[in-house]
Amino acid sequence: MTVKESASQPEVPAPTIAAAIEGRGIFKAFGGVQALDDASFAASFGEVHALVGENGAGKSTMIKIMSGLFPPDSGIIEVEGREVDLRSPVEAQKLSVGTVFQELTLLPWMTVAENLLLRHEPRGVGGLIRRGDLVRRAEAIFADLGIEHIDPRALVADLSLADQQVVEIAHAVDRKPGIFFMDEPTSSLAEREVEWLFRLIRKLREDGTCIVFTSHRWREISSIADRITIFRNGRNVATYPAMELGEDQAITLMTGRSVSAMYPEPPSLEGQEPVLEARGLSGQRVEDITFTLHRGEILGVGGLAGQGHRELFLTLFGVLKPTAGQIVVDGRPRKLRSPHDAIRAGMGIALVPEDRKREGLILPMPIADNLTLPILRRVSRLSVIEPDRERTLVRQMFERLLIRASSGRQLVRTLSGGNQQKVLIGRWLLANTRILLLYDITRGVDVGTKHDIYELVLDLARQGCAILFYTSDTEEMAHLCHRVLVLREGAISAELQGPGIDPEQVVAAAVRGSVRA
Amino acid sequence: MSAVTRRRSPWTHFVVQNVPLLLALFLLLASLIVYVVLFYGNEHRIPGNFEATSISNNALPLAIAATGQTIVILTGGIDLSVGGMMDITNSVTAVHMHDSPGSMVLWSLVVILIGAAGGLLNGLLVAIGRLQPILVTLATLSIFQGIAIKILPTPGGQVPPSFTNLLTNPNRPTALIYVALIILLWLIFRRTSFGISIFAIGNDRQAARANGVNVLWARVGAFILAGIMSALAGMFLAATTTGGDATTGDAFTLTSIAAVVLGGVSLFGGRGSAIGSVAGAFVLTLLINILFFANINPLYQSFYEGVFLIGAVVLTVLIGRYLRRAT
Repeated sequence: MTVKESASQPEVPAPTIAAAIEGRGIFKAFGGVQALDDASFAASFGEVHALVGENGAGKSTMIKIMSGLFPPDSGIIEVEGREVDLRSPVEAQKLSVGTVFQELTLLPWMTVAENLLLRHEPRGVGGLIRRGDLVRRAEAIFADLGIEHIDPRALVADLSLADQQVVEIAHAVDRKPGIFFMDEPTSSLAEREVEWLFRLIRKLREDGTCIVFTSHRWREISSIADRITIFRNGRNVATYPAMELGEDQAITLMTGRSVSAMYPEPPSLEGQEPVLEARGLSGQRVEDITFTLHRGEILGVGGLAGQGHRELFLTLFGVLKPTAGQIVVDGRPRKLRSPHDAIRAGMGIALVPEDRKREGLILPMPIADNLTLPILRRVSRLSVIEPDRERTLVRQMFERLLIRASSGRQLVRTLSGGNQQKVLIGRWLLANTRILLLYDITRGVDVGTKHDIYELVLDLARQGCAILFYTSDTEEMAHLCHRVLVLREGAISAELQGPGIDPEQVVAAAVRGSVRA
Repeated sequence: MSAVTRRRSPWTHFVVQNVPLLLALFLLLASLIVYVVLFYGNEHRIPGNFEATSISNNALPLAIAATGQTIVILTGGIDLSVGGMMDITNSVTAVHMHDSPGSMVLWSLVVILIGAAGGLLNGLLVAIGRLQPILVTLATLSIFQGIAIKILPTPGGQVPPSFTNLLTNPNRPTALIYVALIILLWLIFRRTSFGISIFAIGNDRQAARANGVNVLWARVGAFILAGIMSALAGMFLAATTTGGDATTGDAFTLTSIAAVVLGGVSLFGGRGSAIGSVAGAFVLTLLINILFFANINPLYQSFYEGVFLIGAVVLTVLIGRYLRRAT
């Protein structure tokens, strides 16, 4: 707390107000990759400072170094004008630097309360932890932050990704940091939770906290940031007051190339050949859904998060079983007992999920192996893989999807999020998929790659794929889709005809008439 | 944020989060019932003081070793040197301990120190040498076995009867007091920073480090504790058999792991309870008695032990999966 007080003392006659935290001339290399190349960055108390840039631009590395996760190869870090040597996140915490890292630092098989108070547990007789107090303290922390729906006694592993992120944020905020870093805090949050987080950030800012965060969603950045620093190729290229920086200019600075239009136009629909139909489909959190998806069509499924989108996609992919209604493929009613049925030739339904790490890709294996996994029979003779045939197919996919990698032998783990997503899509294309269920595939993907993915999605539609598209980014949905179905409480509450849907329309349709508990 | 939630009671949380432990206790109860029924069929009476004493004395060394094994496995490691360490302290106790209180205290302390030193060696090689626990402890297992043979080349030696009476009284099931002590110490351990650290690094080592957990110390400490427990187990084993044998501990490497698995501790680390492992140790001991009273040829004993182990693990996994789905 002393940190904040000293910063707000008006009688300090400093000609320039010392930054809360500053990194100057930071270099950092991982193996042969120069992650930071003479990067500098400073943030002040009482401001929200956004770091933006493509994946791999160095934002996360900068945050990790400034919060003590690893040391820089060279460069200076100052906290309130004093040079410091941050040897660990705990060391940084002692200097009032708190961080929400991009990778969760929660312990999955321990309770929410144990995680929140790890190493700060309430003690009783003989220094032993008081488990009853542990839960009460956790409840008090949640109450303070306006979190009502997470049970401190639950295991972290049993929480949704969004709730885990909320716990992670609460964990960091509870340590009352004067300088608060958040690396993509909103990437796994739904709108409601983002609103909560932004209320929290505004309150912290009023209290004089220095807040630094990264995000790939421009709307979020422009709505809350006071200043914006742009990173490109491991270096800070510019810092602007948020009011003076527009999205187009920011994208140009981030990518180093002018992006005339972020969103390409969807191709016009020719004919109305139905490919996938849902007729009165009901099931887990899905209520009497009827729609038709045509060849070459991009059909958006919008609405507030948690209104049954996920369940609808999983039902269409055969993971969840419908309790009523039919799934019709090419005019014939079909039973999907498992994803295997959906993938099978003749159906050709594939789901590309948002959590590509957990639900699709095998990270420690090369791109080529990941691509050909479902079609091993096609590239092998007598169960032995023929390298030539595999290589040809992989090369075709590289060209078609513009995968940015050195070769097919590169490990998927080393790819950026966007390129990982391309590999996953490529896998299904090789498997002759005609119906793609794309579930929030641009989450946590940087601007440049997002644009590539948009082009790819439109290209797939042009080639005749039928695409069901969910995204947590309403702008994206409005611009890319031919039509948008708005879900509310598992049922279709509105249908918006494109192209040229106004994003506000989608939001309005999602919120209209929705009753808040 | 919205308040639409369904809260479970603390009791429900306890049950759902401790399904493997509860299944281990259930398995213990089931084994006990089968044992009593078979015993009654053979002897036409309920097992009494003698049987309780014999079973608890036989189970105690395994229960102690399994507790140490549990701590290492919770960190995500494994300790194969358990048997070798038991060989050493079993031999040391039989060779050196005399029938005087001074000698008993002295050599008990020496045993603990030997265990701590062996555990420290394992821990340093794993945590600082960055070697796989399975590799390190496989090597130290052989080394410890060699040391034990050097101390006691042929089975023999003599454990003072008063020491035997103190640890594993042949007439009364006083060994159960030590079992209660293990459980008590475990419950205390769970509430210490060190205990939390053990669980934390077994959950996610990187996350634990980011939270300021001293990963190095926790890993080394886990092996030291396991070494001490193995050493004590070897000493208790000497007390029950009243003599020494430099190979008698060997079997405990695998049975301690079996007890931990039956106890519902995750071999991936981060989840489980030593109470389950103690129950697992008793289940394995009861099993030997069950096979005896079921008139199984002792030659086939290990065959049936293996069948039982697979069966029990498959069953608990299936039940656990069903319960998780049901809640």
